[in-house]
Amino acid sequence: MQHLIGYIVLFPFLGFLVLFLLNRYLSKSMVSLIGVGSVGIPALLTMLVGLNYLNDPDGTVRVETWEWFQAGSLDPGITFLLDPLALIFVFIVTFVGFLIHLYSVEFMKNDDGYGRFFAYMNLFIGSMLILVLADNLVFLYLGWEGVGLCSFLLIGFWYRDPENVKAAKKAFVVTRIGDTSMVIGLFLLFAHFQTLEIQELLAAIPGKWAEGSSLATWGSILLLGGAVGKSAQLPLQVWLPDAMAGPSPVSALIHAATMVTAGVYLIARTHVLFLQAPDVMEGVAIIGALTLLIAGTSALTQTDIKKVLAYSTISQIGYMFLALGVGAWSAAVFHFMVHAFFKALLFLAAGAVILAMHHEHNMFKMGGLRKRMPVIFWTFLAGAASLAAVPLITAGFYSKDAILWLSFAGEKGNSALWLAGTAGAFITAVYTFRMIFVTFYGKQDHETAYRPGYLILIPLIVLAVFSMLAGFIEMPHNMAHVDLFSGFVQFSLPEAMPQINKPGLEWLFQGISSLMTLGGIFTAYFLYLRRPEKPRQWAHQYSRTRQFLLEGWKFDRLYRYLVIRPVTYLSEVNREDFIDRIYILMAESTRWWHTLLVKTQNGRVRWYIMGTALGVLLILAIIILI
Amino acid sequence: MKTSPLISEALSPEKIMEKIDILFYITSAVAVISTIMVITRYHAVHALLYLVVSFLSIALIFYFAGAPFIAALEVIIYAGAIMVLFIFVVMMLNLGPRTMEQERGWTTPAIWIGPSILSAVLLVAFMTVLMNNPAEDTGLNLVGVQEVGISLFTEYLLAVELTGLLLMAAIIGAYHLGSREKKIYHRYLEKTDQ
Amino acid sequence: MSLESGLILSGILFMIGLTGVMIRRNIIFMLLSVEIMLNAAGIAFIFAGSSRADPNGQIMFLFILAVAAAEVAIGLALVILIYQKFKTLDIDGISFMKG
Repeated sequence: MQHLIGYIVLFPFLGFLVLFLLNRYLSKSMVSLIGVGSVGIPALLTMLVGLNYLNDPDGTVRVETWEWFQAGSLDPGITFLLDPLALIFVFIVTFVGFLIHLYSVEFMKNDDGYGRFFAYMNLFIGSMLILVLADNLVFLYLGWEGVGLCSFLLIGFWYRDPENVKAAKKAFVVTRIGDTSMVIGLFLLFAHFQTLEIQELLAAIPGKWAEGSSLATWGSILLLGGAVGKSAQLPLQVWLPDAMAGPSPVSALIHAATMVTAGVYLIARTHVLFLQAPDVMEGVAIIGALTLLIAGTSALTQTDIKKVLAYSTISQIGYMFLALGVGAWSAAVFHFMVHAFFKALLFLAAGAVILAMHHEHNMFKMGGLRKRMPVIFWTFLAGAASLAAVPLITAGFYSKDAILWLSFAGEKGNSALWLAGTAGAFITAVYTFRMIFVTFYGKQDHETAYRPGYLILIPLIVLAVFSMLAGFIEMPHNMAHVDLFSGFVQFSLPEAMPQINKPGLEWLFQGISSLMTLGGIFTAYFLYLRRPEKPRQWAHQYSRTRQFLLEGWKFDRLYRYLVIRPVTYLSEVNREDFIDRIYILMAESTRWWHTLLVKTQNGRVRWYIMGTALGVLLILAIIILI
Repeated sequence: MKTSPLISEALSPEKIMEKIDILFYITSAVAVISTIMVITRYHAVHALLYLVVSFLSIALIFYFAGAPFIAALEVIIYAGAIMVLFIFVVMMLNLGPRTMEQERGWTTPAIWIGPSILSAVLLVAFMTVLMNNPAEDTGLNLVGVQEVGISLFTEYLLAVELTGLLLMAAIIGAYHLGSREKKIYHRYLEKTDQ
Repeated sequence: MSLESGLILSGILFMIGLTGVMIRRNIIFMLLSVEIMLNAAGIAFIFAGSSRADPNGQIMFLFILAVAAAEVAIGLALVILIYQKFKTLDIDGISFMKG
């Protein structure tokens, strides 16, 4: 059964090729069939492989297909590696990807670039599958760059608007900074281990690099650079809010559910390396904590519904990084899974709302949509509840609780991290329900442009069910003894053992975070339904602060002063590129010699013979004189 | 010991060598002078006749140097065949006295002084190289036609074949170049190359 | 009479030939000068071969002879062609192939 892994990856690429080459000749229904089918089949295959794996967890499955290339001792193969970690990612990519493709059939149906859209989406799914299934880091990097490319193509999908193209370029360039760091990290690893096979590497690292050694620190910092770029974490988080220029399904698939969590995957995959560098681990946790606060507070002031979700995504990935940093590997991956469900759901529902409101992104111009779009409202509410971690009934609660508890009680946890996480939980609840109350409640009543069809509603309902129920496979052990998830990933990721084992304290902490969530919801209710004039007044009063938050803590401006201005200044100064001078000089001297030598080409044979004689004389002179 | 083909019972070897040396210098002088005459004549036929003289004297030198077979070939092929070919061509071109006047006008001191000095300097340099690396003087020996023939058709058989090929190519090339092609510019304006 | 005297003769003749090529503008004279140079090289071979009692020198002369014959055949054909085409034998007049 495991040989099917190769086909999981193959189908999206086939779909891409067919759509890319035959786009013009295919009818719309044919495009839909191919585009959705080439993700649906892998989803089915993943189910098969996954069930087979669950019945018989025989550790790590390697499927070798071809050798990619060989250069010295580097011989990466087109080889797939299936273990619990990869299986979870593959499941999310294919399953959520399939639902989003289904949704796109209706969402994009009036778009000129219908075929192009599905071609890119299929390419993305294929690249993402390579990323998570790769057996060596070179192959992983191929997928890594592939998803970056698709992200670029899809952010700039509506390329007629220069703003969208700018956003695409920004995303590409910013992630490229991280990618460069990651490549250097790969070079470092290869230089010291002569291999980039993940398993060999993970086996060799602890023996060769001592804990806390500078090489391990540098290696993990460089990889972290790549993860930070891809996952939009501090300091490279600036591209994600702009990436919302792409169509909503793209935001749901790439910029919420899958690609942006590639950094989480990378760190989880190379956790052995990170464990050898405790300082970097702490750095990961701090990055996560800071990011979740910065992004959360920025989300509080956004008016664009997709921007709220974008900042929310950054913030939630911050939670994952926090979990990774404290060594709560399975909690991070669990949160990734749950987040993929509810964030994809939220983006898709937001997309439907935006479509119904004639492409209006501003939530304050919506309002009262609860009655007009009941299914959208209820599914959106389910996703929002999960995001805000409403206690006991939502999946988000269980995954976030695991992170918060381990950020305090875990081996590397401390109270500051927990405090940041808990504050973040409060902020999350506020901005999430602010979104709900502003968009779906209120007195305003709008004509909606259209009623969402089944292809939009079915994915939403499925995702809503998952965002509610997915949490029950992993429960805190003081509530119930369910640890299906952590038991499953235990094979690839070490278990995080809480240092403090007091159920009473755990209850207390759960109570505090529940209170935070409920308090946040109440705050949002109070501010945006009871007293809507209050926020408006504050916005007026603290307009500078509001602007600061609205622009995501003004990181763009910081980078403009720190990076862009100096670079443009230098290029301004060096307009007459001084290195060019050297080459111009070479060209000039060549021309000069040419005009000189062309005079000797006078077509007179006697001159040529004299030249020959002179040459002979020269040689003889050299023989005589030396 | 066969040192020279001119062995005579009457004279001692030293005497013979002396005589040959004198003959060599005389023939060398003839060769050099006639060659100079070749390159300074204005009339092509005069130059050719001087060249024949030069080749004949060189043939004599070959004879002295112990290569009678080559001396014969020099006379037959160079002085005979090649020069005759030249004379034929000169006759065919039918260059009249006007050409001689032209030649005289072309060969002004301004033209020949520079190259002559260059050649003289080159000669001096050549001599210097030669004097700096004196050859071991073993005297000249007779190399008969038999030895040459055996060597030519065993060791150099392939080279002989290739030479044959070269001559073949030369003949075909010369035929092709020399053949007058009829030029038709247009089928209504038929015009032959005179 | 020795190897060196032969080589000196050969050198002198070669230089005369070279001078001829350089100073004459008539193609026929240039060809004659080339013949002189080839012959001078032949003299050097003959003397070198004789001084070592070695047939290789003479064999080289034979090859020079063959090359000279081929060269003269082609060269004279070209002379005729040039005369037909340009109505002159002035080598400086035929200098269209300049850079």
